[in-house]
Parts: sequence; structure tokens; C-alpha cells
Amino acid sequence: MDLGNFASLHFFCPELLLTTATLLIVLVDLVIIDGAYLGAVALITSAGALLLIGVEPASEGAWLFHRMIVYDSFAVFFRVLIALAAVVAVWMSMGSAEVRRCAQGEYYAIVLASTLGMFLMAESANLLMAYLSLEIVSLTSYVLTGILRNNRRSQEAALKYLIYGGVASGTMIYGMSWLYGIAGSLDFVAINHALFAASGVPPLTVFIALVLILAGLGYKVASVPFHMWAPDVYEGAPIPITTFLAIGSKAAGFALLTRFFYPGISRLDVGGGWTALSGVEWPQLLLVVCIITMTLGNLAALQQDNLKRLLAYSSIAQAGYALMGFVLLSNDGLRAMLVYLFAYYVMDAGAFLVVMIVANATGREDMGAYRGLAWRGGAVPAIALAIFLLSLTGIPATIGFIGKFYVFAAAIRERFYVLALIGILNSVVSLYYYMSPVRAMFLGQPEEGAQPIAIGAWNYSLMGLLAFATIALGLYPPPVIAFAARSLHFFAGTS
Amino acid sequence: MAHPLTLITFIPLIGMILILAAPAGLVRWYKWIAVASAAAQLVIAAWLYTNFNTGTVAMQFTERYSWIGAYHIYYFMGVDGISISMVLLTALICFIAVFSSFSIDRAEKGYYALLMLLDTGMMGVFVALDFFLFYIFWEVMLLPMYFLIGIWGGPRREYAAIKFFLYTLLGSVLILLAMLALYYYGAVPTFDMTQLAAHSSSYTIGFQRIVWIALFIGFAIKIPAFPFHTWLPDAHVEAPTAISVILAGVLLKMGTYGILRVNFAILPAATHELAWLLLGLIGTINIVYGAMCAMAQKDFKKLVAYSSISHMGYVMLGLASFTAAGINGAVLQMFNHGTITAMLFLLVGVIYDRTHHREIDGFGGLAQSMPIYAGITGFAFFAALGLPGLSAFISEVLVLIGAWQLHPIMTTLGAATAILTAGYLLWCFQRIYLGPLNEKYAALPDLSAREIFMLLPLAAIVIMLGVYPHAILVLLNTSLVHLNQGVLAVATGPALPLH
Repeated sequence: MDLGNFASLHFFCPELLLTTATLLIVLVDLVIIDGAYLGAVALITSAGALLLIGVEPASEGAWLFHRMIVYDSFAVFFRVLIALAAVVAVWMSMGSAEVRRCAQGEYYAIVLASTLGMFLMAESANLLMAYLSLEIVSLTSYVLTGILRNNRRSQEAALKYLIYGGVASGTMIYGMSWLYGIAGSLDFVAINHALFAASGVPPLTVFIALVLILAGLGYKVASVPFHMWAPDVYEGAPIPITTFLAIGSKAAGFALLTRFFYPGISRLDVGGGWTALSGVEWPQLLLVVCIITMTLGNLAALQQDNLKRLLAYSSIAQAGYALMGFVLLSNDGLRAMLVYLFAYYVMDAGAFLVVMIVANATGREDMGAYRGLAWRGGAVPAIALAIFLLSLTGIPATIGFIGKFYVFAAAIRERFYVLALIGILNSVVSLYYYMSPVRAMFLGQPEEGAQPIAIGAWNYSLMGLLAFATIALGLYPPPVIAFAARSLHFFAGTS
Repeated sequence: MAHPLTLITFIPLIGMILILAAPAGLVRWYKWIAVASAAAQLVIAAWLYTNFNTGTVAMQFTERYSWIGAYHIYYFMGVDGISISMVLLTALICFIAVFSSFSIDRAEKGYYALLMLLDTGMMGVFVALDFFLFYIFWEVMLLPMYFLIGIWGGPRREYAAIKFFLYTLLGSVLILLAMLALYYYGAVPTFDMTQLAAHSSSYTIGFQRIVWIALFIGFAIKIPAFPFHTWLPDAHVEAPTAISVILAGVLLKMGTYGILRVNFAILPAATHELAWLLLGLIGTINIVYGAMCAMAQKDFKKLVAYSSISHMGYVMLGLASFTAAGINGAVLQMFNHGTITAMLFLLVGVIYDRTHHREIDGFGGLAQSMPIYAGITGFAFFAALGLPGLSAFISEVLVLIGAWQLHPIMTTLGAATAILTAGYLLWCFQRIYLGPLNEKYAALPDLSAREIFMLLPLAAIVIMLGVYPHAILVLLNTSLVHLNQGVLAVATGPALPLH
């Protein structure tokens, strides 16, 4: 189906809702001084977007808006993930002491706009759309990172983010122009046909174009060597925004990365494997990127004392594990990647939430604030954080183990033994730093004069939900697996 | 009884939930919830023992339900002769460990909850027949162990706890990789251990060698086999008494159990090829090296820890022999080591509770102030050094008889080490219990009723198995002989596919 503008709207309701709500919040903010209810509006909107995805008409897939956007089950998976990330980010924002101090109208409007951008990233069918949506996400992220106007770390982070982002997206659009020059089209399907049919295009030319584009995408998923912004930005941004960037923005990055490298420039074989362009060695390049990403992320995390920074490096490493599924050139690998990203969403959101709870109570994010947490009234958040961190390590009976299991299983199946071994040694290394907050919380004694941790019902409920999901889905993963398996359909048109 | 294996595994988990749910005012009840769970487990274990059919090699009391369909993963439990002996041991040791935990005086809620979780994990490992399920239990057990050592342990507890965790995690991730390889490259994709064993001939010998070594490292860390043993003395020295008892009594057996259940059953060709070197030789090194280290220790608990390493060497040596006597002796030794070492650690705990130190040279003449304690320690020491009439004698002799066919030199070294063992145990006994009474400890109270209650059942079992080892051997023999023949058949049978 190649739908026109009006027919497309059937499949575009969540995005319309987000747009409307964004504008509404901006308008309401102009007339109403007290913005206390805007958070609730944003929460209802993001939850509403999630519901609307659920009630969309069943379809094999379609082109929307004259092939600018593609609607398929793969897009649905990432829209669900991003909408969930938005729900969590808004929920956390409403319970965050930092966010309460900034202008509510601007904040929530930009969060929703950013969500919209991520949705569009997940469903781009055209290089132009891909670039525009990526820029929406980037621009809104810069503002959100720097929204704590009186906080120097936040300001510095925003600036760094802006500079890195500017360079990365400039590089990417340059690469896109090469690709346009080679293929003569911006449409993914047309590019695919042109590249596979092309004779006389040197593979090296295509490879250079891909590397340039990878700069922009790698920056969004925070893979080496485009990861340098992540620790500073994660540390400087308000914690709900850090969470949103770590789970939402990263998921959107993975969506576009997959959309571009798989249906964009590779072909699906009958057996579920994918064939890359011959002579263009991007899978090998990404294999190296994947190995370095997880290793570097884990090694750098070993040294961290600030929990946000530790989780920033951990999220770099986690992106590396997810990339393990990406580089295998098989549907099995992609399914593992989807399972992993879902798992990552649950456990990473939970970990950041506990960091926020502790920061709310103590105003601190360093390891000292966690010392003896379990013994000064914070036993429940301490246990929750331990669950999330162990899940990030990949200890069984948590969803993180299921994610790792799938990724390693796919790697073994595709005979990437060395990759699997490196991945698994990495997870042993990661145990050390994931356990260091756990050690501080349970084994350490509270510092002199440390405050007891008070925790509101609002944050409590989300934490309970995420901790429950981490364990329940770890013990009974079939729903997640079925969802991921169902989502591996890329619409490529009927012709 | 319906679902006895599910019950015996998850009763402690229910206990854990009860303990967590109980209000803080009921702090005195936590231990009794734990006692009740452990007692229920013991009753079920006894029921399993009496209803176990010793004449068949088939898995018994099986339960099987689909769990994760996409990977053919089942909730599959069952026991054969090898696992039932370990189930008995686990139930017994856990019951005693709960009583030994009564001396814990802070954060009881967390302590007993974690102890119950540990109990579930250990029992699960021995009854799981799906490799995935086995792995879950195997890993779940690490966590409570980490916290139990790390929170309630001695002065260097943080170091010991993380060392334990890192070492064992390294081992278990190798097991994970091996498990996935077995799944994908067998005749049928399955995690069912009985199926994997039935299709063992579909794996090429090169594949078997690599997977065997990965699995062996994973299990060897748990045994712990030289050179992966260094976490054990640290963990033992820092752990509270009850945890040391569990660690030595049950946890170490998981390593050798895994080797039997996975390496022997699923990879018989590689087992036949590699066992003499990796099990036999390393086992011999364990025996000799462990005994020598034990002799050099100044800390009572560390001495017992090294003697534990030494005695686990006999298990490995027996397994490598591929004779009915050797392999039966090995598993019997697993059981005996469990009871005897548990006694030794309880006895160390007794003196540590009273004096808060464990320096062997810091006591002297305790037999005068604590005669019952000295008497039971003497009994346990003689059991450990293999006095005829006590249980370890039977199992060690069986191992040595079997191992003679493997290698006379290894056997001779193993047998000769009995002299070293007698040396360090008697020397230790002499320094602590004999000689002039250290005035500082003249007024120490002798064993309390609770302590005697913990030690007596173990002592009774040691005597009983010394004169009537058949009680356990009857369980083992059918399964072990079958397993052993499986390995030997590969050596004489048709060649494996080369590619």
C-alpha cells in the first residue's frame, strides 16, 4: 500500500496526539502561570500514544505520506519502546526534585516533541525523513540537557552535546549526499535496488558513504568512537532526561540503524539470513565497533564514582551487547537485539530511577551517598537497585539474563565464537562495577550524618513496577520473545 | 506425594517469602520459619530415599512442563542415583546449617531470607534435568552466597565475597557458552540433559574437546580444582560458620556433580580422552597440594579449608578411573566429605564463637576445659584422616582401588598423602587440645545442647556409613555403572564423525 496524505492518518494517530499535546502545552503555558498539571498532561499523552499504537488497524505494512514514512511491525516495536520510555521519563520527571525547579511548560512540551522525533526516526523510509527526525531528536535533547539553567554541569553538558551532535549530523548528511549521488534517490527501497543493480560503482565509494552515515547513527546509539559525549551529558542532564536519552534516544538510534543497514542496503534471503552488498565490508566494521564499544564501556565504568557516570559507561557497554545481535546478519540476531533492547529498557530505567530517588533525598549522586543505604531506611530502593544492576550484569532470573542469553545464543548459532567469548568475558568484568554500588549499599556502613532516605508513593510505584517486570519477565520471558519475533517484518512494498 | 521435587526445591522459597513478609516484631520467629522449611525438606528427602527405585537407570519422580517454547526449554526435574544422594546431603546440611545460624545476631530477616534462597538454588541444581533450568539455579545461588559472606562475614568479607562472585561467574559464563554450543550443534536442538546424553554421538570429537574444557573450567572452579582454588580459603575464612558448612558441605559437590551430569553423560568421548589428565592429574595435585597447604596454616579454619581441597581431589581421581569401584567411591566420597567437613567447620565455629579467634597456636589444653568438644573434634579428625570403620575410609579406599588401573603413580601419591593428612590433623589436635591448659580459656563452657544436636546426627552418619556404606552405594551403583559404561563404550565403539 502506498498511501496518500489523508489515508496515512489512520496509521499516524499516536504522532498526531503527540503533536497536538505539544502545541496544547505550549499554548496553555502562555495563559496559565501554574504549570503543576502539565506533567499529568504529558503523562496522559504518552500513555495515550502507547494505547493508540495498540489499537491501530491491522496491516501488513504500508507507505505513508508518499513513501516518506513506513508502517510495519518493526516500526511498531520501536514506537512501543519509545512510548514506554516517554511514559517512564515523564513519570520520573513528575517525581524529580530537579525538574520541579524548571519551567514546566517548556520542559514537557519539549519532551513530547522529542518523543515525536523518535517515533519518526523509527519509521523513516527516506533519507530526508531520517535526517529530519534525527535532528528533531537532537535539537530537543540539547535543550533538555541544558534545562537546569543554574547548574553549570548541565550547561556544559548541553554545549558538548551540541558540538558533538553538530559534527556527527553534518558528517551524516555529507554521507547521505554521497549515497544520493550513487543511487539517485533518497528512498530506501530505491537505494536498495540501485545499489544491488549498480555496476561500475566502486565498493569503496559506497563504503565511505556508509561510514559517514554511521557517524550520525553511531552518535545516537553512543557506540565507539562516537560515544564521547555520553558520560558528560548523562552526568549533567536532569536524571529523567538522562533516562530518556539512555533508553528512548538509544532505541530510536537502533531503529534507524537497523532500518538503514538491513532493509535499506541489504537483502533478506529465504532462510532468514541477510546478504550485504558484496565488497562493502560494513558488517566487519560494525563487528569491530561492537567489540570495542562493549569493552571500552566496561573498562571505563570500572573507575567511576558517580552513579550517573557509571551508568553512562554501562549504557555504552550495553549498546555494545545489543550490537552483537546487529552484526550477525541474520533475523535471529536481530530478534536477539530486539529482546536485548527491551530488557535494557526495563533494567536501565529502573537503575536510573533509584539514582533519582537517592538524589532527591540526598542531593548527591556519588558512591558515598549509597554507603549503607540498606541500613538507613533505604532497604527497598537498595534491593531494587541491586535487582536492576544484577540484571544489567546478566545474572539469571532477571530479564537481563534473557537478553544476554538471546544475544549469545544467536552469536553461537551464527558461529561467531570469538565474539561470544569476548561478550561473555565482558559481562564478567562488568560484574565488578555493577556490584560496587551494591557493595556500598549493603556491605558498607553509613557515613557520619547520612540522612535516611524518604521515598514517595509516586516513585515507589514505578520502582516496584520495573523491579517486578525485571524479575517476572526474567522468569517467564515468552511474551517479550513473541513480541520481538513478531516485530521482525520490514515492509518493502509489494512491487 | 505429588511433585516431590518441586516441593523440595521451592519450600525454602516459600519460607523466604514468609520471612520477608513477616513484620519486624516477629524477629524471633524468622529462624523457626527457616527451621520449618528445612525440616520439611528433610522429610521429603527421606520420603524420596524410601521410595527411590534402585534398580533402574531411568530418571525418577520426573516433572516436565513447557517453559520457553522458542528455545525448547522445559521445566524438567528428575533424580537418578547420583542426584538423589546429593539431594539427601543438601537437605541434611541445610537443616544443620539453619541451627548453626542461631548465633547470627544482626539483620536476621535478610540473613534467613538469603539462606532460604541459597537452599532453593542448591536443591534446584541437583534436581534440574533441563540444562537451562540447571543454569538458572546454578547462578541464582551465587547471589545469596555473595551477600551472606559479604554482610555477615569476617573482617575481609568484602574482598572474599567479590572474589567468590567473580571467580564463580567466570566459570558459569563458560558453562553458558558450552550449553548454547551443545544446543545448536547436536542432532536435535534441546536443553534436555537426558536427550543431549542420548544424542552424544552426534558431536564431533573436536567439538567435544573444546566444549568439555569450557565445562570443565566452569565446574572446576566450584570444586575447586587446582589452580582455580584460591577463592576458597578466602571465602571460608570470612564466611560465618553456617555458610562455611554449606559451602564445604554442598556447594563444592556441585562442581563434581556437574562433571558427572554433563561432561560424563553428554560428552563421553572427550571424557574418555581428557579425564586422566584433567581430572586424574589435577585431582592428584589437589590431594597433595591441599594437604601440604593445610599443614602450613596457622588459622584453624583455613586448615580445614585446605583439607577440604585435598579431599575433593579424591573425588576427581575416582571419577577419572572409569572403574565401578573408583566412580562409586568418588560419589560416596562427595557424600562423606559433605558430612565430615560440615562437622569440622561446625567445630571451628564452636571455638570461634567463644574466643573470637582461630589461631591454632593461641589455644592449648582445651581438652581439659571442654572435654566433650575435644572428644567430638577428635572423632571428626579421625574420620577426616580416613580411620577404618568411619565413612571416609570406605570411599577413599574405593577411589584408590579404582584409580590403580588409571595410574599407579597417581594412586600411590594419593594414598601416601594420607600420612600428610594424619600429620596436619593430629598436629593441629595436639596444639589446640593437648598440652598445658591456656589459662585464658580455662573457663570456656563446653558444647551447648544446640551444638551437640547439630553434631550428633553427622557423627552418627559417619559411623553408619563406615560400617554400612551400602546405604548410599545402593542408590549410586546402578546409575554410575551405566554412566561409566557409556563412557567406556565410546572408547571401543564405532568412531565418531570427524566433521
